Amino acid sequence: MSEIQLREIHSTEFPIPMELQDNLAITSLSKIYNWARRQSMWPLLFGLACCAIEMIATAASRYDLSRFGMEVMRGSPRQSDLMIVSGTVTKKMVVPIVRLYNQMPEPRYVLAMGACASGGGPFKEGYNVVSGIDKYVPVDVYVPGCPPTPQALLYGLIALQKKIDGQSLANMDDVPWYGVGPSEPTPIPVLGPDIIDPRQRDLIRQQAERAAAGLPYAVRELPQIKPAAPKKATTPKPTAPAPAVATEAVDPAKAERLAKREAALAKKRAAEGGAAPAAETPAPVAEAAPAPAAAAEPASGEKPKFDKAAMLEKIRQRKASKQ
Amino acid sequence: MDKPLELKTGTIADAIAALKEKYPGAVKDDSRQGYSGIVVDKSKLVEVATAIRDELGFDYLSSATGVDYFGISDHMEVVYHAYRTSGGAALVFKAQTGRENAEIPSLTPVWPGADFQEREIWDLYGIKFPGHPNLKRILMWEGFAGHPMRKDWKEAYYEEEHKPFGSRWPGGWVHRAEELNVYGHNVTYPADLDLSKLNDASEEALYSGMGLGVNVTQLDDETALKVDRLVVNLGPHHPSTHGVFRMVVTLNGETIELLEPVMGYLHRNHEKIGERNTFLHNMPFTDRLDYIASMSNNLGYALAVEQLLARGARWQPPSYRAEVIRVLMVELTRIVNHYWAIGFFLNDLGAFFTPALYAIAEREKILDFFEATAGSRMMCNYMRFGGVFKDIPERIRGVANLLNDQVRDFNTMDYLTELINDRIPRSIDELDRLLTDSEIIRSRCIGVGYLPPEMAVAYSCAGPLLRASGVPYDVRRAEPYSIYPELDFDVAVRYNGDLYDRYLLRLDEMRESVRILKQVLPRLEATKGQNVFGPAQHTPRVPVGESYGRVENPKGELGYYVVSNGIGEEASKGPQNPWRYHVRAPSFINLTALGAMCKGHKVADVVAILGSIDIVLGETDR
Repeated sequence: MSEIQLREIHSTEFPIPMELQDNLAITSLSKIYNWARRQSMWPLLFGLACCAIEMIATAASRYDLSRFGMEVMRGSPRQSDLMIVSGTVTKKMVVPIVRLYNQMPEPRYVLAMGACASGGGPFKEGYNVVSGIDKYVPVDVYVPGCPPTPQALLYGLIALQKKIDGQSLANMDDVPWYGVGPSEPTPIPVLGPDIIDPRQRDLIRQQAERAAAGLPYAVRELPQIKPAAPKKATTPKPTAPAPAVATEAVDPAKAERLAKREAALAKKRAAEGGAAPAAETPAPVAEAAPAPAAAAEPASGEKPKFDKAAMLEKIRQRKASKQ
Repeated sequence: MDKPLELKTGTIADAIAALKEKYPGAVKDDSRQGYSGIVVDKSKLVEVATAIRDELGFDYLSSATGVDYFGISDHMEVVYHAYRTSGGAALVFKAQTGRENAEIPSLTPVWPGADFQEREIWDLYGIKFPGHPNLKRILMWEGFAGHPMRKDWKEAYYEEEHKPFGSRWPGGWVHRAEELNVYGHNVTYPADLDLSKLNDASEEALYSGMGLGVNVTQLDDETALKVDRLVVNLGPHHPSTHGVFRMVVTLNGETIELLEPVMGYLHRNHEKIGERNTFLHNMPFTDRLDYIASMSNNLGYALAVEQLLARGARWQPPSYRAEVIRVLMVELTRIVNHYWAIGFFLNDLGAFFTPALYAIAEREKILDFFEATAGSRMMCNYMRFGGVFKDIPERIRGVANLLNDQVRDFNTMDYLTELINDRIPRSIDELDRLLTDSEIIRSRCIGVGYLPPEMAVAYSCAGPLLRASGVPYDVRRAEPYSIYPELDFDVAVRYNGDLYDRYLLRLDEMRESVRILKQVLPRLEATKGQNVFGPAQHTPRVPVGESYGRVENPKGELGYYVVSNGIGEEASKGPQNPWRYHVRAPSFINLTALGAMCKGHKVADVVAILGSIDIVLGETDR
């Protein structure tokens, strides 16, 4: 770009005289950080399967990825910001993928391109297929399609840019890489008799002990639901208690990590002299999380009444907090 | 002992009769309903195979694959398809073994091309091949529990034996597979899992055979240079391996001593899923084999199943227009593939992306036509048993092709005529002009990666790799299908067998494809309005038997070995799901020759040699 579009990053709070608008910008640190980062998203040159062909087509003349500052595909993970997981992730391949992900410097983003990378796709049942790369590394944007057309991939990349625009340096959930201490690498899976996720080691051990004791193992029973019955009965049923096996699926490693981060955050706040108000971080902006309001509803099963005034107030508050 | 048979021409029946006479007792007819060929006693297999190769002239082993008849007759067998390079039908021979301690002698001494295929059978079926030089797992990793293609092996997300699954039936209860799996992942562990020994044995097994260290034979030699050997890993994440392919090479200085291809990084269980699917279900899956040439993958599978369906009563062969459209699509696909192959071959030579951008520019035009016809750019899912699912449209339009904010809108025939008569020949000539006489390309390619014709045949190489070595073998002429017999074209051949000839041969083949397409256009015009798809057969009941359908794919001979069989009542009514569905993938088998081709060359040439084979990983690993 020959000329920097300063108007893009102007903050509306501080009016700048018209004649200075091309030469001067007053803006927030978050905004200028994000603006710089989103314009130079360098993907890892890394193709897995069919989707890689469409990724190359996206980079080629007709669709031309370089319009978004993303044409610099790097062969080395050390130089790249974005991993486009373009294709079916197999168990054999997820080991190198996690290793590559760990080698990427933060801030790093992952885009799951196509049905296979998002959830296993048509090959989900296969014995060597990982049903979605998000089982191992966190994903920022999912692009559906089999394979997604180049337009769809471009749309996904624009969505990623929007996501970056929404990140605030003040919110540590948005930008954990600016937090205290180094972030932990994702544990690399092991190829044993089947692929072993080190985070599930305890669960696997429990199941193996059950198997050794001759108990049923590695099965989880679904609550029995009769297909014909639920038509007339609309009263909320108490959900069937999950069998003992199922309840153990809580990931202890994740809980530990969360606790660690909480402690670090508290420490940081204390160091800042308690300047940060208690209600500073309202809702995490994670894309996949559903609206937190739903969780706060009373558990009586009654449909909540729509209160327009309260909703408007809520929206206004959210807008104000964003500003 | 006996005199050689000397029957290098003649029919398959003659050859079988001669074999039965020479090996009484060891060679029997395969008398099962719908099956053909012979069953060879496994103790005599190598002897009979040598006779088939040397005395009967079936010098080309196209395919070797395992089948598990668990539940039908409780044995496993390996099926071989051997062809004469002079053309003609296959001699199918089989060797059978019990399911426990399964063993069949290796045919690698007779046909080195059986190497990877036997490793695959060991990996997926657990049949051992005594005499094989390097019997390791090839698609799964060393240490994986079980042999997954066996009929009694169940995957982690196993629901039912055959589709359509009851759980997904409309009106029934739908749940996701991971809800039943306690780990939440697509994994299952054997009951006797030993948690104290959870380590990754696959890398050790790989590197142990690579010969690291000093070459001891040279230590005593005063005159020789003392060099350390170095083992270098390339891939699976590497821009020049055309996907997730991996090679491990032992270098002596900068010269390749040993090269071991490592694959399976895109093994997505095509064949296991294929056996759960109904016959028609598999059609979209074939798109994803060689994902640059989906149309010709479709055709191969359609031909294989049509062979079986033709034995039934209610069968109508595809109409003439359907065949014309098929050839149109397949030849366009061939051009797309060779554009891609040439562009990325130059990429591998170090001309990073500029030639590729030129090469794939015209590809977009062809994909627009595919998109207008089949609805998808790459995964066309276009052919059906008995035709194609839809006629080509009157007009090509699409929002993808905005021109000055207006939707592009073309008459299809005009579009195709311009494409075939003008644009494609022009861009082929442009590639030719820009690349062929380039000094850099000539010096990097001429004489590099030489593959002699005898070796190309012995290693079961196919497609451009085989023809660039001077063997004029093309399935479109050797065992014609569709309307190829009435079309006028030459089989492109080059004789030097090096990288340069493989590149030139692809240019030749594109020109031949254009020649075919020019003959297809008037036929398309003349058959306008004809039906392209007979009575709809969504879940056809396919007569019991086996068939092998093969087509000349852009990358070589693509074969589908399909067995229609079942247990009990299902077999008598005609099964809806294939018992066995095997893909003879040209990319996979062409790689057998990679190690031999690279030996003695410099490390920089390896990538170029790999690029000249033109592999695609979806097909290699399936």
